[in-house]
Amino acid sequence: MAQDRPGAAAARELLSASDVARTIARIAHQIIEKTAGTENVVLVGIPTRGAMLARRLGAAVAEFSGTAFPVGIVDPTLYRDDLRHHPARPLSSTDLPDGGLDDALVVLIDDVLMSGRTVRAALDALADHGRPRAVQLAVLVDRGHRELPIRADYVGKNVPTARDEQVKVLLEEIDGVDAVRLERA
Amino acid sequence: MRHLLSVTDLDAAAATALLDTADRLRQALLGREVRKLPTLRGRTVITMFYENSTRTRVSFEVAGKWMSADTVNVSASGSSVAKGESLRDTALTLSAMGADCVIVRHPASGAAHRLAAWVDKDRETTGTPTVIVNAGDGTHEHPTQALLDAATLRDRLGGIAGKRIGIVGDVLHSRVARSNVFLLATLGAEVVLVAPPTLLPVGVAQWPCRVSPELDAELPALDAVMMLRVQAERMHGAFFPSSREYAIGYGLSEDRAALLPEHAVVLHPGPMVRGMEIAPAVADAPNAAVLQQVRTGVHVRMAVLYHLLAGAPE
Amino acid sequence: MSLVITGARPYGEGEPVDVLVRDGVVAEIGSGLSADETLDADGLVLLPGFVDLHTHLREPGGEESETIATGSAAAALGGFTAVFAMPNTAPVVDTDVVALHVRRRGAEVGLVDVHPVGAVTVGLRGERMAELGTMARSPAQVRMFSDDGRCVHDPLIMRRALEYATALDVVIAQHAEDHRLTGGAQAHEGEVASRLGLAGWPATAEETIVARDCALAREAGARLHVCHVSSAHTIAVLRAAKAAGVRVSAEVTPHHLLLTDARLSGYDPVNKVNPPLRTGADTEAMRAALAEGVLDVVATDHAPHAAQYKDTEWDAARPGMLGLQTALSVVAHTMVEPGLLDWRGVARVLSERPAEIGGLPDQGRPIAVGEPATFALVDPDGVWTVRGAQLASRAANTPFEGMRLPATVVATMWGGRVTAREGKVVG
Repeated sequence: MAQDRPGAAAARELLSASDVARTIARIAHQIIEKTAGTENVVLVGIPTRGAMLARRLGAAVAEFSGTAFPVGIVDPTLYRDDLRHHPARPLSSTDLPDGGLDDALVVLIDDVLMSGRTVRAALDALADHGRPRAVQLAVLVDRGHRELPIRADYVGKNVPTARDEQVKVLLEEIDGVDAVRLERA
Repeated sequence: MRHLLSVTDLDAAAATALLDTADRLRQALLGREVRKLPTLRGRTVITMFYENSTRTRVSFEVAGKWMSADTVNVSASGSSVAKGESLRDTALTLSAMGADCVIVRHPASGAAHRLAAWVDKDRETTGTPTVIVNAGDGTHEHPTQALLDAATLRDRLGGIAGKRIGIVGDVLHSRVARSNVFLLATLGAEVVLVAPPTLLPVGVAQWPCRVSPELDAELPALDAVMMLRVQAERMHGAFFPSSREYAIGYGLSEDRAALLPEHAVVLHPGPMVRGMEIAPAVADAPNAAVLQQVRTGVHVRMAVLYHLLAGAPE
Repeated sequence: MSLVITGARPYGEGEPVDVLVRDGVVAEIGSGLSADETLDADGLVLLPGFVDLHTHLREPGGEESETIATGSAAAALGGFTAVFAMPNTAPVVDTDVVALHVRRRGAEVGLVDVHPVGAVTVGLRGERMAELGTMARSPAQVRMFSDDGRCVHDPLIMRRALEYATALDVVIAQHAEDHRLTGGAQAHEGEVASRLGLAGWPATAEETIVARDCALAREAGARLHVCHVSSAHTIAVLRAAKAAGVRVSAEVTPHHLLLTDARLSGYDPVNKVNPPLRTGADTEAMRAALAEGVLDVVATDHAPHAAQYKDTEWDAARPGMLGLQTALSVVAHTMVEPGLLDWRGVARVLSERPAEIGGLPDQGRPIAVGEPATFALVDPDGVWTVRGAQLASRAANTPFEGMRLPATVVATMWGGRVTAREGKVVG
């Protein structure tokens, strides 16, 4: 588990598959609680794994509360502030619910929160699509080292990390297994 | 890829990446309040057109503006070019003014290649990178047209690999034909050219496509047919005897269009000469994708600008 | 004043010998000879001085690209002791007056024997014969006539010129191009041009004119010379005509021995020339025909163009390439290295046959006592890298830019006088 690729850096498992499932369920309950009585709630995931989490959360919320929130995807790539530092990045999908975002309560969802820049870019992307009533943020892992004044409303797990470490979120739909791992650089 | 000069510079992966980006950009713009993306803010894109063209020039200008670039149009007449300034000097002047990208259309084949050579050489001394995009050079290529044609076909047919595409008309003088033959072949399509022998280039046997003189025989098996514009001036070069004979032999009349399979798509790069290479009813039929080609053109050109200008300079 | 060339190998054959030169002729050939001056040849190859039947010196009228002085310098450095200067200048060399100017200016510069070629038709317009007789009989001694740059297209005019020329013992040199087939042409009509979107120059445009002119020359009993043959199909026509006894000679340029249209892919106009670069099969056919003798001579078609005429998009660029300083090296690379010609063969195609066709009695002579001391001293093992900016021509449009080529000209001597030595012009 810790070393499933030859030559991989030493990895430590932070969340096992069952931990991940429990964490997602817990966040779903928190969302249901915090949005109780609110109309027009939309879950929007940031590709790739944030979008997958948004889908899972949408399913969990529907299962626990009986209400289905619309689920969408927003790709923040075109709004990033570091595009000139790398070769042109491939774009991911953007697919927002038919009702639009005007006056909606958007719960933005991503797998890992670190500097906050990705979220900043996603917020700008959302702003060009409409004017949500409010935006909340849900992340599976908050690993610290913020560079912008951004904080998450729902956090799966707080993990203190060194800058040069990597937090890897694996999801079964994409990676074949559910796990969160901490890797040395 | 620093410049976009020819579709032959793109392998299947690079071409597909451009088409995918165009599609994602289309998605990103759907249902928006603000139809603008901030990605190319602060970049200067100059269109330098030595040939008249409204459609391509406006398409590039809109593409640039939707990406928040500053776009400036230069046309050959009424400018320093009319006073005899050489192509090279014009290009280097624009580069010196800070153009990040020069989109050029010129009547000489290879003009975009020469421009790229000059600005690259200039870059060695001045360090300013200018990207060149070929918007049509003589009878050589029109890469973004081929890309938007491919994007349209991909959308309408659900893919390109293995599809049978016919290109009909004046292939000899058509940069659209050249770009399409090579790009579609790269993407795995089977291309067949149909034209009178006088309008096929010598050496076409070496191109990655078939050649056929009989339009009626080919139509029933095609997934798409692309009609090329035929210029009346070609009669003076003795390429074909008369417009009438051309239309009878190679025009997509209503009868001919009925030979196409139901799912087949009709494309035309425009502008059309209704009644010559395409019957008016055919041009307006539901399976004609001409307007979709135009819409897709903006997204494809946005994708080209994104790939050439958004990332780190090469 | 006497000079001895020590340790030279005439035609690259045999043991080194000393060649003593006095009063412009070879006085003695032996060993251990001495004279007032010595030129140490140290085993190098001694050849008769080269004669170029096809050069553009651009003067009068095109001095921004080349002058008789700069062109003569390039010729001397390339081992040439005589050049035939084509008449497509401004004004055109279609009268004895202009011809005489070119001849006199060449003599004044004194680096190479400059022979003006006269126009076949007035103003090169192809309508009316120029004063061939007056030009031939003038002190300019015009021996060759050509409308080069243009084809003498009207068969009646060509016929009359060939007939008229028989009385003057001059040769008509044809730039074979049926312009009705090459309208707007930019490159060899073939696979490369079709891919690059460049209008094609079909080989048939050359071949059909050559076939026609051979028949006309046969009828008139005249001498015909075909300029810059470029197509394998033309070779077949020439072979048949020669076999039938037609007095036709033909030249090939160094670039048509080596370069193909594959070079056009970057659209660099340094590769634009008329007739165009063709395919590998054509260059191979040129080499074989030169070795066989169906192509009689190598002629450079040296065509300098100032930067503003080449630094443009392809369509707007003028066709033409430099050739005087690279000719020997390209011949060595394409013919000597693969064993198609030995140095005697090089002497034949670069000196003896051109002198014969051009009617120059004091050029292309055997290296023997009593003959004019007119030589090119060649280092067969030398190697050099071609840099256009360093060549003597005013212009720098060489397609061989950056190429490492074999064989260097170490010295050139014309009538006993050294005109170039160690890469520098003398006097």
